[in-house]
Amino acid sequence: MLFAADALSPLVAAEARVAVAANFTEPALRIATLYEAASGHHVKLSFGATGQFYAQIAHGAPFDVLLSADQATPQKAIVEGLAVAGSAFTYATGRLVLFSRDSTLVTGEDTLHTARFAKIAIANPVLAPYGAAAIATLQALGVLDTVRSKIVQGASIAQAYQFVETGNAELGFVALSQVAGSSVGSRWIVPEALHTPIAQDAVLLKSGADNVAAQGFLHFLQQEPARHVIVDFGYGHGR
Amino acid sequence: MAMAGKALAGETPQVLRTAHEIWSPLVLTLELATVTTLLLLVVGTPLAWWLARSHARWKEVVAAVVAMPLVLPPSVLGFYLLLALGPHGPGGIVARLQGARTLAFTFAGLVIGSVIYSLPFVVQPIRNAFEAVGDRHMEAAATLRASPWDAFWRVAVPLARPGFLTGAVLGFAHTVGEFGIVLMIGGNIPGETRTLSVAIYDFVETQRWAEAHLVAGLLVVFAFVVILSTMLIDKRARHL
Repeated sequence: MLFAADALSPLVAAEARVAVAANFTEPALRIATLYEAASGHHVKLSFGATGQFYAQIAHGAPFDVLLSADQATPQKAIVEGLAVAGSAFTYATGRLVLFSRDSTLVTGEDTLHTARFAKIAIANPVLAPYGAAAIATLQALGVLDTVRSKIVQGASIAQAYQFVETGNAELGFVALSQVAGSSVGSRWIVPEALHTPIAQDAVLLKSGADNVAAQGFLHFLQQEPARHVIVDFGYGHGR
Repeated sequence: MAMAGKALAGETPQVLRTAHEIWSPLVLTLELATVTTLLLLVVGTPLAWWLARSHARWKEVVAAVVAMPLVLPPSVLGFYLLLALGPHGPGGIVARLQGARTLAFTFAGLVIGSVIYSLPFVVQPIRNAFEAVGDRHMEAAATLRASPWDAFWRVAVPLARPGFLTGAVLGFAHTVGEFGIVLMIGGNIPGETRTLSVAIYDFVETQRWAEAHLVAGLLVVFAFVVILSTMLIDKRARHL
C-alpha cells in the first residue's frame, strides 16, 4: 500500500529547515503556510538573531535555508563554504521604526533630540542588523552620546520589541514588520537615508543543496503570493 | 594603573578593551552573587528554621513554593519577572519611588531575580541542618533556662554551621551561573546588568572564541572548586 501511494504521488514530501531572522517571523509563518499548501512539502521554521544563526550554522546546525536580516551573513556563508554559491538573493528590504506604546511619546526625530525617556531598547548591534541600523541612525542624528546611557539591548529584535511591549523601555527601535499589523502607540518610520539599507538576503545552505523542499521554498519566496505578504508587513520589495 | 593604561592605549587598545570587557562583567557578577547570597542568608534562615521546626500542616506547601525555581525554566521566571518588575507590576511602583520607571535593566532587578532563582539552594541545606539539630538539643537548652532566642543563636546556629556554609556556597555559585533570567530582564548594560554568563554568550555569538574560552574555562574551574568544596563540607559535617 505504502509503495503504491508513493509511486502515484508526483513528488515525495520533503522537509525544509529554515532559519529565520527574528524580524521576519510573522511573514515567514504566513509564507510557510502558503508554500506548504501549494507544494505539499513541510517547512520547519526557527527564529533568532542572524549572528546567532551564523554561529550555529558554522558549527553544523541542521538548517537548509537562511533568511538573513542582512546581506553580509549569506555572503560570508558562501565564502566559508557553508552555503551554495549563486543562491543568495534579496527577499525583502527592512524598515526600522522608532516605536512606543505611549501614543504621544514618539513624534519624530525630535523625540531622540529631547530624549525625555529613561530607557530605549535596541537589538544587539553586533548580532542583529536592525540593532546596527539603530546605532547608525542615532549616530547620523548626532544623539548617540546623549542617548547611550539609556540604551538597553535585546539579544534579537524580537527581544527589543518585548522590552517595549512590556513597557520596561518606553520606546525602542524595532522592525516595521513587528508593528505593521497594529496602530497602537506612536511611531516614527526612520528615513532610509539615516542608515545603510537593511537589505535582507536569503541563501541556500550546503545541507539543503539537494533538498527539493528547500529549493522550492526559496523559489516560492520570489513569487507573487509571497511578495504580497512581504509588502503587507511593511517591507520594501526584494530584487 | 591609570597611567599605564593610558600609555598602552596607543599601542594595544584592543587588548585593554578586551581586558575591560572581561573584567567589568567579572566584577559585576561577583557583586551580584555576594549581595544575593547575603540577602538569601537573611531571608532564608528564618524561613529554613520555620520549615524545620513548624508543625503547621501547610508548611510543605510553602516548602514546595520555595523549591519551585529548581524545576521552572529560567524563561518562565524571566517572563514573569519582566512583567512584575515593569511599570505595570509591583516593581514599577518601587521604581517610581526613586523616579525610575522599571526595575528591569537595573542591578536591583537582577538581585530580585537572583534571590528567587537561588532561594532553594540556600534554604534547603539550612533546613536540613536545622532538622538534624533535633529537639533534644533545643530542649536541653531550654532546661538550662536559655530563652528560645538564645538557644537559636547559641545552640541551633552553631550546630547547623555546615548547612549555612553549603547554602552560602551553593547560593553564590548558582547566582554566578545564572543566565536565562539575566538575559531576559537585564538588557545587557555594561557594568550594570552585563554579567559573565551574558558576556560569554556574546563572545560565542560573535565568534570571539579566544575570549569565550578564557571566561568559560574560568567558570569551569570555578564550578569544580564549588562542587568539591560542598562535598568536603558535607564530609566534615558527617564526621562531627
